[in-house]
Amino acid sequence: MNHLLIVLPMLIPLYGAILSLFSWRYVRAQQIIGILAQACMLIASFMLLFDVNEHGIRTTQIGSWPAPFGITLVADLFSSMMVITSAITGMAIYLFSIKGLDKARQSFGYYPVLMILQLGVSGACLTGDLFNLFVWFEVLLICCFVLIALGGTKPQLEGAIKYVTINFLATGFLLTGIGVVYGILGSLNLAELAVLVRTPVSHPALITMAGMFFLIAFGIKAAIFPLFFWLPASYHTPPIAISAFIAGMLTKVGMYAFIRLFTLVFVTDQELTIPLLTVLAGFTMVLGVFGAASQNDFRKILSFHIVSQIGYMLMGLALYTPLAIAGSIYFILHNILVKTNLFLISGVVAHRHGTFALKKLGGIYLQQPFLSVLFFISAFSLAGIPPFSGFWGKFMLAKAGFEIDSFVIVLVSLAVSLITIFSMTKIWNEVFWKNKPESDPLLNVMTEREKHNNRLLHLPVAFLAVFILFIGLYAEPVVAMAQLAAEQLLNSELYINAVLKR
Amino acid sequence: MELILPFLIGILFSASLYLILHRHFFKLILGLILFGLATNLFLFVIGRLTRGGSAIIGPEEKVATEPFADPVPQALLLTAIVIGFGIQAFAIVLIKRVYQSFGTNDLDDMNTTDQIEEKH
Repeated sequence: MNHLLIVLPMLIPLYGAILSLFSWRYVRAQQIIGILAQACMLIASFMLLFDVNEHGIRTTQIGSWPAPFGITLVADLFSSMMVITSAITGMAIYLFSIKGLDKARQSFGYYPVLMILQLGVSGACLTGDLFNLFVWFEVLLICCFVLIALGGTKPQLEGAIKYVTINFLATGFLLTGIGVVYGILGSLNLAELAVLVRTPVSHPALITMAGMFFLIAFGIKAAIFPLFFWLPASYHTPPIAISAFIAGMLTKVGMYAFIRLFTLVFVTDQELTIPLLTVLAGFTMVLGVFGAASQNDFRKILSFHIVSQIGYMLMGLALYTPLAIAGSIYFILHNILVKTNLFLISGVVAHRHGTFALKKLGGIYLQQPFLSVLFFISAFSLAGIPPFSGFWGKFMLAKAGFEIDSFVIVLVSLAVSLITIFSMTKIWNEVFWKNKPESDPLLNVMTEREKHNNRLLHLPVAFLAVFILFIGLYAEPVVAMAQLAAEQLLNSELYINAVLKR
Repeated sequence: MELILPFLIGILFSASLYLILHRHFFKLILGLILFGLATNLFLFVIGRLTRGGSAIIGPEEKVATEPFADPVPQALLLTAIVIGFGIQAFAIVLIKRVYQSFGTNDLDDMNTTDQIEEKH
C-alpha cells in the first residue's frame, strides 16, 4: 500500500490519459474522465502527504532492483507538497477548461496531453535518479510544446518556436551535466551521488563544473536571470487554460529540481555557488519586476512577475539556512496557486470582454464584484500583504536573510515587493476600477447562455482562492511542514538512509 | 582515436550554436540536429570507450569479465537519441507550420510576442 501511494500520482494521470485517448471522439467523456482523474489525484496526493508526514521519507524500487541500480522513487515532504499543489492546480484547470477553452482545441487531444504533462510533473518530483529526472523533464516539456502550439494561431506558433529552441538547448546542457557526473562519480542515483560527493573525490572542481551545467539547464527551465527572456515571449500566447497551468507549474518544477540538486549533490563548492546564486536571485527579482512594470497587457504583466517571483525562491536557496529553504518551499507552493489563479482571473475577464489589453478593459468592479474580490485576494497574496499567503513566505525569507546578515538581498527583495504592489495596483486600477472605455456596444451584449458560462468560470478561481486563503490565514501547519521539509533537504543523511536502506 | 573525439565534439557544438544563432529557419533545424548529435557523442565518450567487450555475463561466471563496456551510458544514450529525435521531428513540423502561416523564413520577423503594444 505504501509503495502504491508513491506510484499513484503517476499512475492516475497515465491511465487517465490512456482512457481519454480511447475516447478521442467524445469530448464529453474526456471531460468526465479528466475530472474523475483529477479528483483521484487530489485524494491520492493528500494521502501521500499524510503518509510522508507521519512516517518520514518513503521510497520504492520499481521492479525490485536494489537502490543504486534500479529505478528509485522517493517521496519526501518537499516532493509530496509539490505533487499536492500540482493536483490542486490541475483540478482548477480542468474545471476551467470545460467552459473556458474552445471546442476545437478540446477535441484535438487537449485533455490527454494535459494529463501526460501532469504525469511528467509528478515524475520529476518523485524520482530519485538523475537520468529519470531528465526523462520526466522531457515528458513534460514535449507536452508543453504541444500545448503551446495547440491550435496553431500566429502568436502561438511564434511563442512555440522560441520555447522549443531554448528548451532543446537546456536539455543539451542537462544531458551534458549528467554525462559529466556519471563520468566522474559512476552513478546516477541521487542518494548514492550524495554519498560519493561527500567522500573525498579526485576532481572536486569537475563536480562544480557539472553543477554549473545543471545551473544553466535548470536556470533556463526555471527562468532565472540572464536566461529568462523566452518566458515573457511565449507564456502568454496560448489560451488561458493552457498558459495558466504552464505558467503556474512549469518554472516551479525547474526550481524544485534546482533546490533538490543543490542541497543534495552539488554542495561541495559553496564558496562559489552561494554568492553566484545570491547575485542571480537579486537580478532575477529586479529585472522581472521592472519588466512587468513596463507592460500594458494583463497576461504579460503576470508573465514577467513569474520571473520576479522565481528570484525569491532562488534567494531562499542562496541564503542556505533551514529557515530560508523553508521559506523557499512555502513560497513555491504559494506562488503556484496564486499565479495560476491570477492567470485564470485574466481568462475570466477576457472571456467576458474579449481582450487582455489594460487600455480596453475597465469597470469590472461594477459588473463582477465577486471576481474583483477574488483578484484582490490573489493580487495581495502575490504582493505579500499580511495576512495573505505571500507575506509568510517573504517574512521567512527576510528573517532568514537578517539572521545571517545578508542585508543587501533582503532589501532588494523588500523593494521588489513594493514594485509588485505597484503592478498589482496598476491592474486593479485599469481593469477593475476605472470606467470602461467607450467601445462597440454590441460587444458587451451577452446571451443568457454566455453569462451562465461566465459564471461557471468563477468556480475554479474560487476553488483556488480557498486554498490561497487557507495557506495564508491558517499558515502555521503549512509553515511547520515547510520547515520539516527543509530539514529533510538539509540533512541529506535522512535521504541517503531512506534510499540506500543503511 | 580518443584524442580526435573531443575535438569532434567541440567542433559539433560550436557549429551547431553558430547555426542556431543564424536567422534562417533551415539553419535553425540543422543547428538543433547537430546540437543533439554533439550532446549524444559527448555522453558516449564520457562513459569511457571500451572496444570489443560487451557486458554480457557468461553462463559459468558470476560477473562480466573485465574489460567490458559500461552499459549505463549506452542506455542513457539510446534514450537521449530517441527523445532528441522526437523533439527534432516536432521542431521540424513546427517550423514548417510557421513558414506556412508567416510566409517568411527569417527569424528576425518573429518579434511580435515580445513587443509591448500589440499591433492592430
